Amino acid sequence: MDRRHFLKAAMLGGAAASLVTKEASAQSQPIQTSARIVIIGAGAAGTALANRLVRRLEGAKITIIDPRPDHLYQPGLSLVATGLKPAKYVVSDTSAWLPGGITHVTEKVASVDAETKTVSTETGETIAYDWLVVAPGLMLDHDAIDGFSLDMVGENGIGALYAGPDYAARTWAAASRFTEEGGTGLFTRPETEMKCAGAPLKHTFLIDDIARRAGNAGKMNMVYAAPQSSLFGVPIVAEKVRMLFEDRGVSTMMNRTLTAIDASAKRATFANGTGTETVDYDYIHIIPPQRAPEFVVQSGLAWADKWTDQNWVECDMQTLRHLRYPEIFALGDVAGVPKGKTAASVKWQVPVVEDHLVAAIQGLEGTETYDGYTSCPLITRIGRAMLVEFDYHDNLTPSFPGIIAPLEELWISWLMKEVALKATYNAMLRGKA
Amino acid sequence: MKDLTFETLLAVFEEIFGRSLFWVMVAAAVIVTLGYLYVLVRDRAVSWKKFLWAQLSMPVGAVLAVWFVMFMTDSRLVDLGGPIDLVVFLGIAVMGAVGMAILVYTLESLFGSKRTKNASQK
Repeated sequence: MDRRHFLKAAMLGGAAASLVTKEASAQSQPIQTSARIVIIGAGAAGTALANRLVRRLEGAKITIIDPRPDHLYQPGLSLVATGLKPAKYVVSDTSAWLPGGITHVTEKVASVDAETKTVSTETGETIAYDWLVVAPGLMLDHDAIDGFSLDMVGENGIGALYAGPDYAARTWAAASRFTEEGGTGLFTRPETEMKCAGAPLKHTFLIDDIARRAGNAGKMNMVYAAPQSSLFGVPIVAEKVRMLFEDRGVSTMMNRTLTAIDASAKRATFANGTGTETVDYDYIHIIPPQRAPEFVVQSGLAWADKWTDQNWVECDMQTLRHLRYPEIFALGDVAGVPKGKTAASVKWQVPVVEDHLVAAIQGLEGTETYDGYTSCPLITRIGRAMLVEFDYHDNLTPSFPGIIAPLEELWISWLMKEVALKATYNAMLRGKA
Repeated sequence: MKDLTFETLLAVFEEIFGRSLFWVMVAAAVIVTLGYLYVLVRDRAVSWKKFLWAQLSMPVGAVLAVWFVMFMTDSRLVDLGGPIDLVVFLGIAVMGAVGMAILVYTLESLFGSKRTKNASQK
């Protein structure tokens, strides 16, 4: 970045300062309240919301419950799993992001009693709330794949980048051998809703690119296997991915759900609707089924008639407010809405919940709505990506229409992912973006 | 992207470089620019002798800026894929060139070299 750039920014500062002050003054008077607000989960959503609420409210008793000492910058896992970033790139201290003046309970939630408005932790502590935000993230159900366990990752051509930074690094150990030795690579995704549906595609594109750069394109048989019938939930994006796969020589196995692996024989079993079939592989990337944490369904917070095997929180699509318990909101991966399991969605969801929560405390109705905004810098090779943004209606919602084309492989989109995304994410965690 | 305000932009830049490095860089840019304005006012004219070196250093600044960005972002020239990429690429090069020219001109005016030391008196 050149100093002229900063100079320009500094000069703009004078002009923009008045605007910022004006905007800030509208919200500068914190609301006086003694409300007890409990946030379950100190991930991207919980942390961002906590940082914003402490600025909006004065006197509120905010408690955030999360046992995990490490905060994970999950959008970086794809880069770790392809050797572009070290594992520590995605790890920071959970407590370092949390604001002062709130209580951080480092325990796991056992249950929520929405009638008596209490949360119980696994050690038996009971915390009463007036308002509850459920943002614990989701569970990776690795046991659902027969014959697979996490200790296998990194050996025998097995990768699983979703499992965390160390597993992502071990995924690269297995994947890099594959890019040198060649063979059949199976890139899978689960049948359930999942975090960042672009990640399995990115991993496929990146491994293909790395092998290509090493001059091993001829030795690779790249296969993308998915339980769905299309390559992406948004039809126009799916069609573009189909063209790119054709260009790169990636073949597809649609309507196939990975059910089991035989690690020693390097053989994967897929359910195909009518029966099962097996495929031999040299490298397999496993993304397990994903579900809400157990306490969600056990506490009666989940949808009764949707996603019954996944148990996402029953909430309004636009306001993320629980449909049966108005003092409860869902945020982030756990929310039972059709799209939005990405950090970019969280960035758009958090101000909506903040608005409705702060309004409700004052006895008012919030006005902000969430329309399913999801963003995915879909990396198509090292140095290029497509900045895909869309909403509930499968419409593309480009942030820079006419400038950054959503379905074009661009260097600027890669720069955004590589340089600006983590910075924006961190700013979001601090409640500033 | 939502609410791309100036405050957000500052927060993002602070995160990219770290808060202290970012503001040190802003300060450095401001100091060099003020130094440039100072020598312009002091000399009451642009010294074309000094400007020669400044101009000659421009391609170096352009290449350095492009190389720095490419290196930092695992990119190659072939990754340029659309018109906006070319705009960004040229923008980086131009900023590097102009920045380098201002820096060289200012340094030469402030500290001078034998060739241009008395240029302002001429």
